[in-house]
Amino acid sequence: MREGKETALARLISLVERNDPQAPDIMRAIQPLLGNAYTIGITGPPGAGKSSLTNKLTQQLREQGFTVGIIAIDPSSPFTGGAVLGDRVRMEDHYLDPGVFIRSLASRGSHGGLAEATKDAIKILDASGKDFIIVETVGVGQTELDVIQAVDTVAVVLVPEGGDAIQMLKAGLMEIADTFVVNKADRDGAPQIVTSLKSILHLKYSTSGNITRRESATDEIWEVPVCATQGMSGEGVDEMLASINKHRDFITRTGELDRRRRERRREDLMSKLQFLMRDTLQTACADSGDIGEIVERVVTGVDASHSVIKELLPLTLDYMRNQSKNISTGVTS
Amino acid sequence: MTHKIRVLVAKPGLDGHDKGAKVLVNILRDAGMEVIYTGLHQTPEMVSRAAVQEDVDIVGLSYLSGAHVGLTQEVINALNEAGVEHMKVIVGGNIPERDNDELKAMGVAAIFAGGSSYEEIINTFNEMIAA
Repeated sequence: MREGKETALARLISLVERNDPQAPDIMRAIQPLLGNAYTIGITGPPGAGKSSLTNKLTQQLREQGFTVGIIAIDPSSPFTGGAVLGDRVRMEDHYLDPGVFIRSLASRGSHGGLAEATKDAIKILDASGKDFIIVETVGVGQTELDVIQAVDTVAVVLVPEGGDAIQMLKAGLMEIADTFVVNKADRDGAPQIVTSLKSILHLKYSTSGNITRRESATDEIWEVPVCATQGMSGEGVDEMLASINKHRDFITRTGELDRRRRERRREDLMSKLQFLMRDTLQTACADSGDIGEIVERVVTGVDASHSVIKELLPLTLDYMRNQSKNISTGVTS
Repeated sequence: MTHKIRVLVAKPGLDGHDKGAKVLVNILRDAGMEVIYTGLHQTPEMVSRAAVQEDVDIVGLSYLSGAHVGLTQEVINALNEAGVEHMKVIVGGNIPERDNDELKAMGVAAIFAGGSSYEEIINTFNEMIAA
């Protein structure tokens, strides 16, 4: 992979995606190579133009001599598990460019706008030496915000059809932007949405100080830029990249980048631990008579889940202690 | 977890008719597969590079134009050059029966001419990957 072999890079992502027993070893092996890439998240509603913007952004980065990894996520069907991964279609300009690696991931049951494997795929691309990694989320609504746990700078893409100023006051998606991008800026209503977005942002600065109560390493206010773009022609994308770079400089200077990356690693560990605990508990239910019996009392409605927790916890911990040598964490001592 | 079948569906060459490809994308999705669609007018190198990056199990080439023999050979050459051996190459669309032997000889794993049933396609894909 370090030699730039794409087959190896692609295969590593697949192994991690399917949670292969080799995955922990892979992740451990690349650990010393991490932290050199800068990661950008592109999120927004379906059809806002995220893929086209990713395409043009990549073009600009390539012109400046940077290599780019792209992770494009599309939804899996909750019914069949199938998925159509169609973001590549907009990125055709880069199909043959050796400095660009594009990988599509299906969300596979994750509901936060990313795929479970996204963070590990980012790490693999980082280790492969890419300068920038762009993560394009599934088309999101107001509450699929996992992207903030995965990247350094988040660009929220909106379109003129997205609604009025009331929509912009709402919590969720509107709070996570490090930069706003109003795409399809040639359409009716685009200048108005730019204006109302800016005025809402100023309202926020004068009341809460920041557009969000999101924790920050600094008291200094980051004034979230609003750029108008046309993803098809590339109009305004230079401005979009400039605002991303400006944000990068800001969070680097203030220590916020470091705080975000630390927080991300913590969250990543917690979620992996949570996943493992859940898995272990499920095995325990089938495996241990005592635990299974308590769970059965809740399942049949005899006991409330709240009331058995105290009884269940020590038993589960004992079970885990006994099993810990067999758990396939790859963290063998 | 069971292995998710990943399929690349591509339209190599100059023909601009992708309804067949879109129908295929749709039925494979409904059969629980992850389908990567690359769009129209792909050169063999573009198809091969996308297949490598996406690490797919199956590369499906859809044709209406009549250029399937030459283009398929070029895609297979490009895949071999990239060092990919495990991917199955499938050809579908407007494929006259007289070309079947030639396509199979170059390593095409299955051919679905017009009129192939959805069931036939899905079953073949599933068996191919299970094998």
